[in-house]
Amino acid sequence: MLSNEVKQKLINIVTEENFADSKTERLVYSYDATPNFQSLPDAVVSPRNTIEVSEIVKLCNEHKVPIVPRGSGTNLCAGTCPTQGGIVLLFKHMNKILEIDEENLTVTVQPGLITLDLINAVEEKGLFYPPDPSSMKISTIGGNINENSGGLRGLKYGVTRDYVIALEAVLPNGDLIRTGGKLAKDVAGYDLTRLLVGSEGTLGIITEATLKLIPIPEARKTMLVHYHDLAAAAKSVSKIIANKIIPATLEFLDQPTLKVVEDFARIGLPTDVEAVLLIEQDGPLEVVERDIKKIAEICQQEQAVSVKIAASETEADALRTARRAALSAVARLAPTTILEDATVPRSEIANMVKAINEITEKYQLTICTFGHAGDGNLHPTCATDSRNHEEMERVEKAFAEIFEKAIELGGTITGEHGVGEMKAPYLEWKLKKEGIAAMKAIKQAFDPNNIMNPGKVFAKETRKRVVVAR
Amino acid sequence: MTTVEEQAKIQEQFKARMDENELLNCMRCGFCLPSCPTYIESGFKESHSPRGRIALMKAVVDGLFEPDDDFERSLDLCLGCRACEPVCPSGVNYGHLLEEARDIINQNKKHSLPARVVRKTVFEGLFPHQNRMRSLTGLLGFYQRSGLQTFARRIHFLGLLPENLATMEKVLPKVPTMKEMKNRPEHLPALGQQVHRVAFFSGCLMDTMFLKTNDATMKLLQLAGCEIVNPPSQTCCGALHGHSGEKSSAKELAKRNIAAFEDLQVDFIITNAGGCGAFLIEYDHLLKDDVEWKDRAKRFTEKIKDISEILVAVGFHEKVKLELPPQVITYQDSCHLKNVMKTESAPRILLQSIQGVKYQEMKDAGRCCGSAGIYNIIESESSMVMLDYKMTQVRATQATAIVTANPGCLLQMQLGIEKEGLSSKMRGVHIVDLLLEAVKQG
Ligand SMILES: Cc1cc2nc3c(=O)[nH]c(=O)nc-3n(C[C@H](O)[C@H](O)[C@H](O)COP(=O)(O)OP(=O)(O)OC[C@H]3O[C@@H](n4cnc5c(N)ncnc54)[C@H](O)[C@@H]3O)c2cc1C
Ligand code: SF4
Ligand code: SF4
Repeated sequence: MLSNEVKQKLINIVTEENFADSKTERLVYSYDATPNFQSLPDAVVSPRNTIEVSEIVKLCNEHKVPIVPRGSGTNLCAGTCPTQGGIVLLFKHMNKILEIDEENLTVTVQPGLITLDLINAVEEKGLFYPPDPSSMKISTIGGNINENSGGLRGLKYGVTRDYVIALEAVLPNGDLIRTGGKLAKDVAGYDLTRLLVGSEGTLGIITEATLKLIPIPEARKTMLVHYHDLAAAAKSVSKIIANKIIPATLEFLDQPTLKVVEDFARIGLPTDVEAVLLIEQDGPLEVVERDIKKIAEICQQEQAVSVKIAASETEADALRTARRAALSAVARLAPTTILEDATVPRSEIANMVKAINEITEKYQLTICTFGHAGDGNLHPTCATDSRNHEEMERVEKAFAEIFEKAIELGGTITGEHGVGEMKAPYLEWKLKKEGIAAMKAIKQAFDPNNIMNPGKVFAKETRKRVVVAR
Repeated sequence: MTTVEEQAKIQEQFKARMDENELLNCMRCGFCLPSCPTYIESGFKESHSPRGRIALMKAVVDGLFEPDDDFERSLDLCLGCRACEPVCPSGVNYGHLLEEARDIINQNKKHSLPARVVRKTVFEGLFPHQNRMRSLTGLLGFYQRSGLQTFARRIHFLGLLPENLATMEKVLPKVPTMKEMKNRPEHLPALGQQVHRVAFFSGCLMDTMFLKTNDATMKLLQLAGCEIVNPPSQTCCGALHGHSGEKSSAKELAKRNIAAFEDLQVDFIITNAGGCGAFLIEYDHLLKDDVEWKDRAKRFTEKIKDISEILVAVGFHEKVKLELPPQVITYQDSCHLKNVMKTESAPRILLQSIQGVKYQEMKDAGRCCGSAGIYNIIESESSMVMLDYKMTQVRATQATAIVTANPGCLLQMQLGIEKEGLSSKMRGVHIVDLLLEAVKQG
């Protein structure tokens, strides 16, 4: 509960209209897209500008009130679930594009801007912002930056981090800082921009961001390759890259995923094959055509059953949209969907797919696998029922084994969804004690009172590692 | 105000009656948010979004939360347009959840006396009775023809009503006479070669106030090669009841309609009002727990088809010449036709095949106009916000005709035209009326 004093002061800062603490308003910010996490905040506050943000933070720091910054709440790691109460901070008023700079090829935005609105606005000017998380039609730039989100175009173009060149942020003591600039190079001191990217709202509040743009590729072609064998699909991925071709997109969907996605999208996806790869190349027309031809040949050598090139942009777009719906579509199968985000070096993708299948088999679960194969980032997603405790235990064990396997293959427990509260107990598996200590020291330096998104990233206790019998 | 006892009862019923699997089916991805008109118009309030509303219903079921006034407000402001459904990859049937929730709230709440009287008159006394619908419409006709309308307008009687109701009164169609309304054809032959035998669902409002549109529909069906039966025992579809928390009356009406249509040996049952069609097509859901009726309901729903779908299916627009004087036209989707019946391209195909006209798609044609059953009367403020947005998009198309496929939408469009002072250069028209004009000129 907020004290009356804090409540009144918050209202003074943002006005009555932008402060809410009714049960209804608190309830609808008690969750995000992560299953099995729910906890009510004490109030919901919607600042209108950076100054208000800074005043709110100062006040909360003084009274040690937790702050949970929230974009659209689509994260999958319980990153915005207010498990320690406090206030949820919304950026619905701070959602504008401030400037598109066509000379420096940058765009400056406020954190509440919807990713797709940004992409559309810059494309109108012939510019390109590549990071396109599947949730882009509702995710915000503030959320993307704080999760360092990836997308379908990550293989060739990188992730959000690669496009953030300057930030304005309010630190937990209320100080306003500016990092980076519209600069191609900048080595003035520590790279705080990169530190803040992916910090999951635990170090400060992003109030403005300048993002790098590139010219929009001249041409683009999309193809769908069918396989009767998962391993063959996975092998094609490594082989395409080994052949020195970097497609813009290289996505993998297995049969159970294809079935649910087709159920939703109804665009004639094959449901009788074991897996498909959705591959896209962009760039100058001749290069695109050459690459697509080469990729098709490689896939055929790897036992693809068919290679279909999208006849039109509409068809290609339908394929991309269908892929983006994969996670939510899996939710059709069962009441609870738990997804993972393990990532391995690209060369290990075939081994990872194989391991996931064995683990699924071992624990007798329904797991649909899809993901950014070209990035070595798969999303094995378990369709289950959180009310079935016995099955939930098996799910947990299976995922622990998947993490273990990923780390063994030189990978990580999360490629793009972040740690949040959900994966915090596993973080030490990847970082070791020393890594956690270094990160905690940074957190302590920024936020000594632990008001910024407390309970996230660092767990009270690390999960015991499973011993995988080999 | 909901009293504490009422809250407790509502909570108990939520636990007993809400479909928990459907609630759990929402994985909270937020993909539906950008399609929800109330989320957008409220300035992105989660409590006015589908994801928020589902979470609130679930919290009541889970006992996390008592259904207080804010909760009811969130559900009241929902348009029930179901734009959140086709965009939901998990396939959450939001409309069913809403309907059940509204029914529970309504059953367990004592309405204030005037509200009770109005509800009873409308839901029990009027809509299920075609003869009373006729006389009400008749009364309206008398009012219009007798000069009373002019008189009422002169004394500013209508100034006493809320602004949009007063404007609404101006845009009501000129109603047919009692005699016209009573003598409805029960059987009509196909003109030319017969391709289908169909039944026509005439609808209570459509067969009274919008009689001419029904006549036009039948004419088009005949021209398209359909023999038509029009069973006189059919009744109101029950949509208004279902959407307003009067589920048991809706079920009774559903049974009467199923019985009226089931032995007719027709290929399809044709509707020309998206709102009715969408409710009819879900009779199987409405009666899912009724062993005696559920299979009969299923067979009924499989035959429901919107007029534009059948016209396109039989190639009407290719066979019959359609032409109109040069003009720009645009189409406003009926939410339920699009989101529930999934009829989206057929009306556009038909309109685009009319020679002489330029079809201009408007931005966000699929976004609710704010009519939403009786929403525009009950939640008039919110409804007018939706309408203003719609009219801005309409203006941008430069269209002189807004084509719709549902009587509620049509009235709302006419209201918008009137409100904007555009009645001299723009009209709202039902798609079948426009098509018949195009046949006559073609
Ligand atoms: C169906 C589905 C598909 C998805 N696909 C992808 C995908 O392809 N790739 C991918 O990487 N992710 C994906 N995600 C995960 C998620 O959408 C991303 O992490 C996204 O960036 C979150 O954006 P958001 O606006 O919803 O942020 P939120 O979930 O609201 O917040 C995310 C984090 O950012 C913090 N935060 C938000 N705004 C600020 C701010 N202004 N200052 C400081 N901290 C802030 C929050 O505290 C939280 O820690 C998907 C999720 C779903 C449900
Ligand atoms: S799109 Fe469907 S699953 Fe996603 S939040 Fe909306 S209703 Fe829930
Ligand atoms: S029915 Fe319409 S108004 Fe209601 S939640 Fe769905 S999209 Fe929003």
